[in-house]
Amino acid sequence: MGPIHMASAVSLRQAVALAGHFPLLTGVTLDVAEGEIVHLQGPNGAGKSSLLRLCSGLVALASGEATVLGHDLASDRRGVRRDVGLLGHASFLYDDLTSTENVRFALRAAGLSGREAGVRAGGALERLGITGRLATTQVAKLSAGQRRRVSIAVLLGRQPRLWLLDEPHAGLDQASRDLLDGIIAESREAGSTIVFASHELARASGMADRAVRLAGGRVETEPVVVA
Amino acid sequence: MTTVLEPISQPEPPAPAVSPPGRRAGRGGAVALRSTGLLALAGVVATVWLGLWVTPKAKGFGDLVRLLYIHPPMAWVAFLAYGVATLASLLYLWPRTRHPRFDRLAGASAETGVVFTGLTLVTGSIWGRPSWGVWWTWDPLLTTTALLFVLYLGYLALRRVPGDAATVARRAAIASLIAFLDVPIVYFSVSWWRSLHQPPTVDLTGRHLYVHGSMAWTLLLGFVSFTLAYAWLVGHRCRLSVLREREASEGLAAALEERRLEGAP
Amino acid sequence: MRDAVLVCGKDLRIEIRSRVAVNQVVPFALAVVLLFGLALGPDRRVLAPASAGLFWVAVLLSTVLTVQRSFAVESADEAREGLRLSGLDPAGVFLGKAGAVLAELLVLEVVLSAGIALLYGARLAGFGMLAGSAVLGSIGLAAVGMLYGAVASGLRVRETLLPLLFLPVAAPVLLAATKCWNLALAGTPSHAEGWLSLLAVFAVLYVTIGTVSFGPLLEDR
Repeated sequence: MGPIHMASAVSLRQAVALAGHFPLLTGVTLDVAEGEIVHLQGPNGAGKSSLLRLCSGLVALASGEATVLGHDLASDRRGVRRDVGLLGHASFLYDDLTSTENVRFALRAAGLSGREAGVRAGGALERLGITGRLATTQVAKLSAGQRRRVSIAVLLGRQPRLWLLDEPHAGLDQASRDLLDGIIAESREAGSTIVFASHELARASGMADRAVRLAGGRVETEPVVVA
Repeated sequence: MTTVLEPISQPEPPAPAVSPPGRRAGRGGAVALRSTGLLALAGVVATVWLGLWVTPKAKGFGDLVRLLYIHPPMAWVAFLAYGVATLASLLYLWPRTRHPRFDRLAGASAETGVVFTGLTLVTGSIWGRPSWGVWWTWDPLLTTTALLFVLYLGYLALRRVPGDAATVARRAAIASLIAFLDVPIVYFSVSWWRSLHQPPTVDLTGRHLYVHGSMAWTLLLGFVSFTLAYAWLVGHRCRLSVLREREASEGLAAALEERRLEGAP
Repeated sequence: MRDAVLVCGKDLRIEIRSRVAVNQVVPFALAVVLLFGLALGPDRRVLAPASAGLFWVAVLLSTVLTVQRSFAVESADEAREGLRLSGLDPAGVFLGKAGAVLAELLVLEVVLSAGIALLYGARLAGFGMLAGSAVLGSIGLAAVGMLYGAVASGLRVRETLLPLLFLPVAAPVLLAATKCWNLALAGTPSHAEGWLSLLAVFAVLYVTIGTVSFGPLLEDR
């Protein structure tokens, strides 16, 4: 089987990222093709979250090369953020606003018009099971799992080309986890690329095309997982 | 953008170390610094000697005029230091000239400047007291200098905040620019405010003094030697920063290696 | 710009929900005014002439709190990184947040004017000049406050650093606005035109700087 030419979603070469003097990533080399689902594994502190944050344009590149969706991370971090959706440990939501208001704000910030944002927000929240009273409750009053679902609804509404998910299943009940897996599969059908970090090896290997193991801030091996 | 997907088989090449900062201060630089220091010392000593013993008393001021030889030079250095710090901040922010040396210069200049500003305030207060009868009056220059002092302190406090060095450096640079633009506004508004009440009773800039002969030379010497002293202090402070950063970056290389080893079984 | 309106609306909506400015900042300002009254003595002949200056000192201190709150909203649960991720234009974020701070300050000032009229026996007059200088001064304060708020944001000593950075730079606004108010209250508002233009220059200068530098300031955490 000869080399496969595919559009590259993420392309990193010896990427190093720092937080002050603390090394987050110590030289990551990684390629993710468009439409792939990649699972990041590794022990705690291996750099999985940092790698996701680097690809989302939040963390600066200290040295090496990094290109995400055609944007060079050394020069165009802001451009990356428009095309990328990050689901982090924190929920990026405003406590005093309701679920609906939070999702609508995020969608309007992403460039949608007021009306379209409202429609998509409603649809996304409904899909995630946040309806009725839940939709009009302030986010601060929701449980952690419900907040997570609202964050996922934001991603669902935005439909970014690259999804970066950090422990997406954490805090969700079984039904919500299955729901999330379904959403991920659909997004891939629609052409998005998904990279996620998870400790749930069984569920992840079912979903992902391949797994990448991180340790000590860089990629250890790239075993090919037959999906 | 296409890339060829091949099975990864070969081991990764060793990752590059992040390059350490600081250029070598050449031998020439060290010599220049030392000679500046010696000249400055000689100049300051000469100024003090001339000022205290050689120059005459002035009409209406008496011995107090001797402060003339150090107060205006100190004030000049305070403002010069601030100007240099702001210019260095601007250069640091400008993409084409972004280099850590400008951030170091800004910090060094500000630290030196705060010392001189404090001295300016003290000597200004001493000079004015016999005429005003009080230690402080809201003279526009003195008030602006007091404000400059507080601005410096805020800037230095910002530089010392724990956090990512590059972030802090950039924020400090922006903060100094914001403050710099405020200084003329403050001076203008304070002098306007004062002029509404009464004209300043004592002109601290000594414009009304008839400065001639040995007084003029001593004053000039004072300006020159204090400026040299400033240059010497800033030069040394920059070197200290370079050494500190070098130590920190060596720590970084070690930290990178240590972290990589975390992954090895 | 559209992003600015969006962010301003979001901030004001959060304020309406949480009522922090109303419940905390306004009482704080009133407390300051009261304390000044206690410090300077009950004699109205002393307080009334000083009321404009004391009013503006209270406003300056309240600006620090309001700006702190504006940034605290974003930091709760890391929403600040959410702002960067959202793709909003930083200049728009600056204008929007500063606009929300401005609105809160103006509301505060209305309440506070009633306070000084009551407590210090200041007789309010020259409302055109009072309002005009208050608006211009508050724009300048909101802009500088937002700017320094960004400089100090995310740094661990933010709470103590912000007042230290902000207050000296805001001094000209204090001076000019107090002058405007004094002259208005004394019945000669036209004399204050020079001071009014100083406030305008300050406002324009710092709104411009803020719009330009907010983006770089938010980066690199």
